[in-house]
Amino acid sequence: MKLETYDPTGYYDELFASKGEPRASAKPLIDWINTLQPGDLRRSQEAAQIALFKLGVTFNVYSDNEGIEKVFPFDIIPRIISAQDWKALEPGLRQRITALNLFLDDIYNEQRILNDGVVPRHIIESAPGFLKPCMGLKPPGGVWCHITGTDLVRDRDGQWYVLEDNLRVPSGISYVLENRRVLKSTFPSVFQTMAVQAIDDYPSHLLETLLSLAPDQLPNPTVAVLTPGIYNSAYYEHSFLAQQMGVELIEGRDLVVLDGYLQMRTTKGPRRVDVVYRRLDDIFLDPTAFNPDSLLGVPGLMDVYRAGRVALANAPGTGVADDKVVYAFVPEMIRYYLGEDPILPNVPTYLCWRDKDRDHVLQNLETLVVKSANEAGGYGMLVGSQSTAAERAEFAEKIQARPRNYIAQPILCLSQVPTLVGEGNEIAGRHVDLRPYILHRGDEVYVHPGGLTRVALKEGSLVVNSSQGGGAKDTWVLTD
Amino acid sequence: MLSRVANSIYWLNRYIERAENVARFIDVNLNLMLDLPSGVSQQWKPLVVTTGDIKFFEDRYGEATAENVIQFLTFDLEYPNSILSCLRFARENARSIREIISSEMWEEVNTFYHMVQEAAVNNGHHNVSNLFQQLFFHVKFASHRFAGVMDATMSHNEGWHFGQLGRLIERADKKARILDVKYYILLPSAQLVGTPLDQIQWIALLKSASAYEMYRKYQHRIIPASVAEFMILNREFPRSISFCVQEAERCLHQITGTPVGTWCNGAERSLGQLCAKLGYITIQDIIDNGLHEFLDGFQKELNAVDDQISATFFSLSPLVSELPMNRQVQTLTW
Repeated sequence: MKLETYDPTGYYDELFASKGEPRASAKPLIDWINTLQPGDLRRSQEAAQIALFKLGVTFNVYSDNEGIEKVFPFDIIPRIISAQDWKALEPGLRQRITALNLFLDDIYNEQRILNDGVVPRHIIESAPGFLKPCMGLKPPGGVWCHITGTDLVRDRDGQWYVLEDNLRVPSGISYVLENRRVLKSTFPSVFQTMAVQAIDDYPSHLLETLLSLAPDQLPNPTVAVLTPGIYNSAYYEHSFLAQQMGVELIEGRDLVVLDGYLQMRTTKGPRRVDVVYRRLDDIFLDPTAFNPDSLLGVPGLMDVYRAGRVALANAPGTGVADDKVVYAFVPEMIRYYLGEDPILPNVPTYLCWRDKDRDHVLQNLETLVVKSANEAGGYGMLVGSQSTAAERAEFAEKIQARPRNYIAQPILCLSQVPTLVGEGNEIAGRHVDLRPYILHRGDEVYVHPGGLTRVALKEGSLVVNSSQGGGAKDTWVLTD
Repeated sequence: MLSRVANSIYWLNRYIERAENVARFIDVNLNLMLDLPSGVSQQWKPLVVTTGDIKFFEDRYGEATAENVIQFLTFDLEYPNSILSCLRFARENARSIREIISSEMWEEVNTFYHMVQEAAVNNGHHNVSNLFQQLFFHVKFASHRFAGVMDATMSHNEGWHFGQLGRLIERADKKARILDVKYYILLPSAQLVGTPLDQIQWIALLKSASAYEMYRKYQHRIIPASVAEFMILNREFPRSISFCVQEAERCLHQITGTPVGTWCNGAERSLGQLCAKLGYITIQDIIDNGLHEFLDGFQKELNAVDDQISATFFSLSPLVSELPMNRQVQTLTW
């Protein structure tokens, strides 16, 4: 197995500085891969994939009646982030989450940032994630978003950019932990020589974050993870997190509001629940407050929440900051609330509701990525350079019909990582992004070292979402 | 423990045990049919009759040939009590409580399901009777393995007791049905009672219940009344009906903390009554009143116990009447 012929020219490569020359941080790994026999990596990868399937580390792809389970495709060659690179990222992520949290608290209360005209009021009021029933809420400790997954990418020159923030129910951490477990058993010797930061304590940090939300004076608060059920695409993760924290995994049908408290039905009668890590979207939480058709949530939950008798993580209403138009204003939020310059830049973003931006977008569709403001999973987007004239015409129409709903960004040239491709032993560069997970406890913001590296397994593709044929890589953050 | 979780672990165990017993159930017939003298026509219809699902079967398959009946009971996903259906439900239940059970238990159920699922896909590509005999062997063994893994890797706490309860109740019910098959097989030809063939059939029955060796140690001769006594009333053999219900009663009282012999809810009361009845009846009483009638009555009473367990521990209706319930598939009679 030789990586000497691997040629990263033309892209920023996470493991190679140039052809045949690994980055210092990746050298021990590359040296080790070079000692392998052809087929070794492929065999390890297949064994890992089978192990994951047997463990049921799967996600569901929706079909007509039942979900089809799939193993999240997984590439055996890890992505490496040097200690130095990581140190540059961490404060940027902290700064961003801090500002976003202040923003959420502000728009659901005083709305200073809207009154001062820094963020246009109509943008917030037209955002589907802005929930009127949350006005006036004061979550415990003033924290709205306890768990965030922020997507980052690197451009051709290696510069990091924030692609988006996921403030509702970001998924993927279970795959991060399981992929690491698999890689540790595959490459034990490399781990011993490379000083990779351990990540197994995520569930402990998550549990502490959740416990910190419990009302004071409760000696033994009950924490639970709320899942939509076994057919949800991220069900594995919900059950994994509950299991790793040793807390209850509950569904809406287990819960009821009784005597002013949220209670779960047990074999010995109702029992209070104090903290809920909800993995349900806002509008499903309480049919009496939001979507009356939803059967997933708990009628009356919002009243209990408002009375401070149960804590929810993340707080309802955080989804407003997932809106890609609101995202464009995060640098302004950082300046406004913190009086600092943003450490991590946004990708330059054109907002189609601005006449000037829209004209520019419509004239340059071929060189831009157009994204719908409120869709996820790689849906509702147009990669200009890979589109047909008909697709561009279709998007032009959509943009003109609903300009508020679209943003556009220059097509970044995402960094790449050597990846096992095809059926054999060939290794080629594939584009990646990175989703670190950040926990906000009020007095402390914890950035989990690494995160989920998603890889576009199709040659040339820039779309890394699992629903679009993307896979994952283990992410190694090195210590000094 | 959450009611939903208790319900799921109870049914997880029932479904695994049910799959095993359906395999035993077909196996007993396969063995009986192999020992039939040539010229005597094979009987597969009684197997479906004892399940109580004969109408459903006839609508889908028509004639009760060996192939149809085995396909129906083994792989038919439209039929909720086929082995494959049972394992699918077992796996769904296990998946919904993965954070409660040990990961070894989950892996066991997952592998078990995939094993039968694969056999269903390959069905028709191989020598059928050979395939099925092997498959039933593996199903029985996987069920034992699951029980063993659960016993050895999960805390013997409330959840474990609910699981045991499910398994024991299912086992007692299916034991009654397996015994009943013998009754139905002999029904059309009463003159065969007491013949060498009759004896061979009782042996096949004992073997299918993995009871043959233990029976021989208990009572050397194959005497129909003794076989029935062993399978119904023996207090030491773990697959006898009496053993199962007494153990189930012990589990139930472990859950509530009420001493055995007293009761504090409908489940304890109805199971206690059933245990008392089995504790004081003799095989002669049973035979005098008819074995088939006894087995039929027993199944009805056991169903009543199951209803009481659901009402006492799992019922979701009093609190969330407007929301859909977690209905396990148990609409059919067995």
